Amino acid sequence: MTPRFDYDLIASWIPEGARVLDLGCGDGELLARLAALRRVKGYGVEIDPGRVLAAVGRGVNVIQMDLESGLSMFEDDAFDFVILSQTLQAMRRSDLILAEMLRVGNEGIVTFPNFGYWKHRLSILRGRMPVSESLPYAWYDTPNIHLCTVKDFEALCATVGAQILDERVLHEGRVIETLPNLFGSLGVFRFRRRTPG
Amino acid sequence: MNALPPGSVGEVAPQRAGFLEPLILKGGKTLAAYELVYETYGALNADRSNAVLVCHALSGNHHVAGWHADAPKKLGWWDNMVGPGKAIDTNRFFVIGVNNLGGCHGSTGPASIDRSTGQPYGAGFPLVTVEDWVASQARLMDRLGIRRLAAAMGGSLGGMQALQWTLSYPDRIAHAIVIAAAPKLSTQNIAFNDVARQAIVSDPDFHGGNFYAMKTFPARGLKLARMLGHITYLSEDLLGEKFGREIKGDDYGFHYEVEFEIESYLRYQGDKFAQVFDANTYLIMTKALDYFDPAREAGGDFAKAVAPAKAEFLVASFSSDWRFPPERSREIVQALVKGGKKVTYAEIDAPHGHDAFLLDDAQYHRVVAAYMDNVASEIGAGPRAGPVIVGGTELEEMKGYAGKSGKADAR
Repeated sequence: MTPRFDYDLIASWIPEGARVLDLGCGDGELLARLAALRRVKGYGVEIDPGRVLAAVGRGVNVIQMDLESGLSMFEDDAFDFVILSQTLQAMRRSDLILAEMLRVGNEGIVTFPNFGYWKHRLSILRGRMPVSESLPYAWYDTPNIHLCTVKDFEALCATVGAQILDERVLHEGRVIETLPNLFGSLGVFRFRRRTPG
Repeated sequence: MNALPPGSVGEVAPQRAGFLEPLILKGGKTLAAYELVYETYGALNADRSNAVLVCHALSGNHHVAGWHADAPKKLGWWDNMVGPGKAIDTNRFFVIGVNNLGGCHGSTGPASIDRSTGQPYGAGFPLVTVEDWVASQARLMDRLGIRRLAAAMGGSLGGMQALQWTLSYPDRIAHAIVIAAAPKLSTQNIAFNDVARQAIVSDPDFHGGNFYAMKTFPARGLKLARMLGHITYLSEDLLGEKFGREIKGDDYGFHYEVEFEIESYLRYQGDKFAQVFDANTYLIMTKALDYFDPAREAGGDFAKAVAPAKAEFLVASFSSDWRFPPERSREIVQALVKGGKKVTYAEIDAPHGHDAFLLDDAQYHRVVAAYMDNVASEIGAGPRAGPVIVGGTELEEMKGYAGKSGKADAR
């Protein structure tokens, strides 16, 4: 398992006692960490049986369901934060899940592998689909069907009515300040519903 | 003396508790006195915090695990779930199984003698509800010195009781495990129940429910009811896989006797059930199912109905269950989430249908085990001694059925 550099950053954004929904929560590591550090209340959502079992084992409140079918389980504005960490790129309709996040949460946090990272660009220039630390799969068996760059995600936020509150691009745990869409491999965005007017 | 099979609680004996304090039932009638028959497995710890109540479904009873001295081959109905090292680990938990009021396995029911008349209750046995059962179970817990349950659990109608515990006694239950249940029956569920009831009450041997004095019982009606119910407990795929269109002979016989394997199987099930179950109990249990609807007294708002619950929940459903499909469990989860309750939900991919809750699916048992391990750690009961022992029992209904091949195992 590669270290999850995005988890530290996310944890730094979440205040004490927040209501958190973690979409694609995996084995529940982030929620367990947030529960221990910040005493957050909330749920994880996961579809994979093995990961659900692991999350139950961590004492995380995990709800087994398919994100592709939306978040109708959850009320409008039910959470302070809705997190989608490194899952967006594996979804069929990345735009719809963002819209659902804006509906059920006050703020959204999305992390994703940056396709604009220089190694990926170089690989394409050389004529091959990239395989890297952040995108470890071959093109034919990857679960990542909707890859995007940091700039693409900024544009999607504008399209779905999300106002970006914070935007970092990381590489190996460090925030990349210079040409982040080129030198950063992991995009981390924090946003909320754009208020009308 | 042979060693016990791994994970077995071994030989067990039922116990009885008599209650003289009248129980006022939801339907308005009163049971002046009653008895409950129950079994326990494992040991109650010093601070009495490790009790797990197992609630049974329509045809279940108090015999949850192990075997009785007089029937060493008849394992309890949830023997694959309950035992030392199993998902409900009796090395750490004190597990209680109880036969519900109105039942036919020892607790006061329609075949019991009504002290006021000296005759069996028969049709006079009052209709009891899930709430009434939970109230009677709470009194049994009082008797056993258990103020607060570590968990109540059950599948189907048993899951409804576990849920009701959190509403009737929010301070007396820490966790509820609600498996293959529903917040209330659907129209179709009630429709099936009523066909079953009509099969019973229209049997000439029913005698308005007072058949005990006639030394008979409505075997045909009860058989039909069970045949119908049994179809709804299994998935279409499972029935198709097990029986297909297999016929007994080599070719169609052009008669109305048993011909297709599925006919043989269902009639066998129906006959077997009718010999051991009480028709009035069947009526009572199905009505208790029909009446269960916590939302009804909350203006139809199920989320409001579950608001009083303080327990944490594990809700589980099975993909192929069409009697109480996953959507019904999701309704429960949604209401609990709306109320900010702690809830975990597992949707198990299992092919068997509703009865999957009785079977050995590894993911299902491991999820229950992992959840209960957290409960154990909360009460300071420590970790389990080894890996989870998953099942080993086969579906009760499939036992002893000699199919076309003549083999004891129809599978």
